[in-house]
Amino acid sequence: MTGQPKISLRGVHKHFGPKHVLRGIDLDVQRGQSLVVIGGSGTGKSVMLKCILGLIRPDTGEILIDGQDVTRLNNRDREATMNRMGMLFQGGALFDSLKVWENVAFGLIQGKSMARDKAREIAIAKLSQVGLPADVGELSPAELSGGMQKRVGLARAIATDPEIIFFDEPTTGLDPIMADVINDLILKCVKELGATTISITHDMASARKIADRVAMIHAGQILWHGLASDIDHSGNEYVDQFINGRAEGPIQMQVRKL
Amino acid sequence: MRFNVLAMIGSVILQFLGAVGRLTLFTGQALRHCVTPKFYFRILGRQMLQIGYFSLPVIGLTAFFTGAVLALQIYIGGARFNAESLVSSIVVLGITRELGPVIGGLMVAGRVSAAMAAEIGPVRVTEQIDALTTLSTNPFKYLVAPRLIAGATMLPLLVLVADVIGVFGGFVVGTQKLGFNVGTYLQNTVDFLHADDVVSGLVKASIFGFLISLMGCYHGFMSRGGAQGVGRATTNAVVSASIMILCANYVITELFFAQ
Ligand SMILES: Nc1ncnc2c1ncn2[C@@H]1O[C@H](COP(=O)(O)OP(=O)(O)OP(=O)(O)O)[C@@H](O)[C@H]1O
Ligand SMILES: [Mg+2]
Repeated sequence: MTGQPKISLRGVHKHFGPKHVLRGIDLDVQRGQSLVVIGGSGTGKSVMLKCILGLIRPDTGEILIDGQDVTRLNNRDREATMNRMGMLFQGGALFDSLKVWENVAFGLIQGKSMARDKAREIAIAKLSQVGLPADVGELSPAELSGGMQKRVGLARAIATDPEIIFFDEPTTGLDPIMADVINDLILKCVKELGATTISITHDMASARKIADRVAMIHAGQILWHGLASDIDHSGNEYVDQFINGRAEGPIQMQVRKL
Repeated sequence: MRFNVLAMIGSVILQFLGAVGRLTLFTGQALRHCVTPKFYFRILGRQMLQIGYFSLPVIGLTAFFTGAVLALQIYIGGARFNAESLVSSIVVLGITRELGPVIGGLMVAGRVSAAMAAEIGPVRVTEQIDALTTLSTNPFKYLVAPRLIAGATMLPLLVLVADVIGVFGGFVVGTQKLGFNVGTYLQNTVDFLHADDVVSGLVKASIFGFLISLMGCYHGFMSRGGAQGVGRATTNAVVSASIMILCANYVITELFFAQ
């Protein structure tokens, strides 16, 4: 368990204008581990993932991947690092102008310069892994249901067999059975590819299933971080409130009473 | 009250300078990605078809009627000082030097820069730009560079077509309605035309094509806030592309004139 963490964040801060979103995130993820990040809406979970991916540059702090600080890379090294990561975006972020299979094969064709025919075969195999038949590959993303789009996004994230995969709310908008299929798939990614994953979810059933460890983020900081098996007796009232979904507790939602 | 006015002027100037800065950075980055690998030929081809081929009907029609009306106006205006015989030569100069590139540019701006902003805007607001980056693809190389190259190369070709059709429009009116002799009309057209006239028009066209794509991409990239933001971006793209074409037209003419 010890040794160099695959991903580690040290005192990461990020402002957007006057809004202080990340307020000193410290987090370690070991190689081959599956970390689930939970936390209320708008607490900065997606921003944290985008910082690790290098899509957003943190104001201060270090983000180490395999011990190398990725916030200070030049473009070429950043691209090489990107090549090792995959991401399922919260909104899917499929390319509207491309067919479904071209979406899935995108990283293979553009990133790894694979021939289109070969990439297409892999794309169709990945689609079937997420429970989509081959003929869906010929459709455009706009012709899919929300849950199907999510699965295509997932297929695209894993298509290049990345070492690190981020799942931003992978099961939101799916029926419970498909959600469990996706959970199994995420588990399989970790086991078979040996990938390190960070998933964001509000779905505690999914969190319990896929997590080795759980981190709770609140007000831009990691409030609690521990083994998934300890989550029910974390001794942290924020975590208790969140996993039990209670409106009363230390976390106050910004809503006015009717 | 007076301070409010000053503050307002100040904030307008600051906003303007900010926009100029953003546009300059955007242009610089876009240009750099136009000339460094890697190149997305498939997308370049699609954009060339989109800009070049599908603009042909619009360009052809506007050029024809522009040439035709030009012939009529010069005939009417020229009659005041017995210069009706200049119709053919003024038509050919007017079309190749000015009207072909400018009217062609404005028509293509309406079609293409709006379409580009409408394509790129949603890519921006739905995180597809982030998705491109995570799939090891530079959004500038993938989205912007092919469009800029397609704009700068296809517009001269379109304008060449517009030149021919515009002159033909003038020819039809001149010979069918105004009673010029076919042979003389053609003779005068050819005699007065220099290579410079056509070349300066094509240089203009290339720059206009670049500006059209630049404005489409820039406003698409800068669009914020859902469908409404994208709608605003398309309008801004067309308006700014048109204004830039007219300003650039003057500057380029001045430069050619100075030589
Ligand atoms: N590019 C950006 N520019 C400005 N503000 C941003 C940007 N991205 C995120 N924010 C702000 O940062 C805050 C955190 O956003 P984030 O998307 O990380 O939330 P989240 O924890 O993922 O929430 P959810 O569970 O609803 O997805 C929000 O208040 C959001 O408005
Ligand atoms: Mg989020």
